[in-house]
Amino acid sequence: MEVDIEQAETSRWGAGVIPYTKMGFWQPDYEPKDSDILAAFRITPQANVPPEEAGAAVAGESSTATWTVVWTDRLTSYEQYQAKCYRVDPVPGNPEQYIAYIAYDLDLFEEGSIANMTSSIIGNVFGFKALKALRLEDLRIPPHYTKTFQGPPHGIVMEREYLNKFGRPLLGATIKPKLGLSARNYGRVVYEGLRGGLDFTKDDENINSQPFMRWRDRFLYCMEGVQTAQAETGEIKGHYLNITAGTMEQMYERAEFAKELGSVVVMIDLTIGYTAMTSMSNWCRKNGVLLHLHRAGHSTFTRQKSHGVNFRVLAKWSRLIGVDHIHAGTIVGKLEGDPNSVQGYYDTLRLDKVAANPVRGLYFDQDWASMPGVMPVASGGIHAGQMHQLLHYLGDDVIFQFGGGTIGHPMGIAAGAAANRVALEAMVKARNEGRDFLLDGEAILRKAAQGSPELEAALDVWGSISFNYESTDTPDVVATPSF
Amino acid sequence: MRITQGAFSFLPDLSDEEILAQVSYSLDSGWAVSVEFTDDPHPRNTYWNMWGLPMFDLSDPAGVMYEINRCRQAYPNHYVRVNAFDSSYGRQTTALSFIVNRPAEEPGFRLSRTETQDRRISYSISSYASDKPSGERY
Repeated sequence: MEVDIEQAETSRWGAGVIPYTKMGFWQPDYEPKDSDILAAFRITPQANVPPEEAGAAVAGESSTATWTVVWTDRLTSYEQYQAKCYRVDPVPGNPEQYIAYIAYDLDLFEEGSIANMTSSIIGNVFGFKALKALRLEDLRIPPHYTKTFQGPPHGIVMEREYLNKFGRPLLGATIKPKLGLSARNYGRVVYEGLRGGLDFTKDDENINSQPFMRWRDRFLYCMEGVQTAQAETGEIKGHYLNITAGTMEQMYERAEFAKELGSVVVMIDLTIGYTAMTSMSNWCRKNGVLLHLHRAGHSTFTRQKSHGVNFRVLAKWSRLIGVDHIHAGTIVGKLEGDPNSVQGYYDTLRLDKVAANPVRGLYFDQDWASMPGVMPVASGGIHAGQMHQLLHYLGDDVIFQFGGGTIGHPMGIAAGAAANRVALEAMVKARNEGRDFLLDGEAILRKAAQGSPELEAALDVWGSISFNYESTDTPDVVATPSF
Repeated sequence: MRITQGAFSFLPDLSDEEILAQVSYSLDSGWAVSVEFTDDPHPRNTYWNMWGLPMFDLSDPAGVMYEINRCRQAYPNHYVRVNAFDSSYGRQTTALSFIVNRPAEEPGFRLSRTETQDRRISYSISSYASDKPSGERY
């Protein structure tokens, strides 16, 4: 759509096409209300579109507007329902891009529905021709809307009290190989990992109910492993039983069976959709089962800096929807994740009041109004030799998941688990003693390994492995660090 | 077997000096330290016996150490754990918990399986020690 802003019809209600800026969607003097939902979009306008017009177009297309003037707007209090683009800032170092700030009135969104919120804010507008690319960077969700959700079924505090585990990060591992193991062999890996010292083991995202292992068989053998490991250690253990399936009915059936067998946790994939996630959250709250979310597929829309949705927004939706765990990056592992951005995601998931912080990519203050926090999960190419870095960057309320780093241990799975647990406890202890554990990390691990041949072997095999690639996505205000 | 509850069960038993360091860290973090003991270490036994109230007003780690040692002397064959409680808004929960005393022998747990229908198994675990009355277990 090409509209010459200067020449355009300036009458708001004349039939035809007028710029969005003239339709009330560009209001540089607008002062956002406390109850507004605020969005920060990274916009890349087409060459002949001024940034204010592009920002106004996003506001228009994600709220009341269509491409032409409609008289039926006049049957409404349209000023109320129109989203308002109130600020457009150039992006430092990228002349093509701008950050457009848009305010949405609370009335635009149905209570307790992320499906509704996403249909508005990331609905049609992402295919809009006037923009080369569009990315939703952040949202400010006011308590007025937050309070229409219950959030995580348990949250960090309740989960720790339920599991009786305090003062250290939790440990997990994803069963490998992801696909092909029979149920009986699969349960063996669960058992070995848990008895060796893990708190959790995990189904992978694409383990659902395939011909080589049907879900019911998997659940039975996994729980045999969990229960035996609990008896051998005197500790609460869990296996994230993935209940992802083709229909809600199947998911409820699998969840019920997991509960009957005494599983403390079930798991869903992001691919089931926001509404299905919310339904499973309600089921988990009602039935006292922790809910683990694997963010399968998120990189299709979160990874590229110019287009899509930043993960911090998905983290906010997930906290509202209500999951107890979500994968949120490792910083040092094999998957995408710049340190500042990842720490921003962790803040978003765990804290109650999160201050805007450009270094961590947080555009707005976010007040969660006491909604319980979500336990972030760090998973993907991490190993015991990085324990000091993991603890330094990610803190205590996190689950470290070492899949290959447990199961690939030369002395066996239980030994791999023990190596990770010894490394973790040694590092927490050293930190609490006031050691500079980030600097002395390797020495602390080697010292701990003197009492643990399992840790010694792990350090010998993986101690020098790191993944040094540049991030594709970093906050605008900082240079890309590398590891 | 060795029960692996608590934050440091995979490390060698903490020395008094090491316990003191963890207590100091807890007090410096603004947490109240408490001591608890039990002879029923079932993982779902939430309420261990309290060795007095949490020491809300005690800021001297040596004073906390004194109470830990008194509890250990009174119950040398029980499990004794040190907890640090964070009363700050948004937490209001235990911030750190670790075992500082355990029985010389830890017989572990019996896992009972009851086969029900459709290959389902109902599980329960119980401590071998808790077959005996409280006070005569270890």
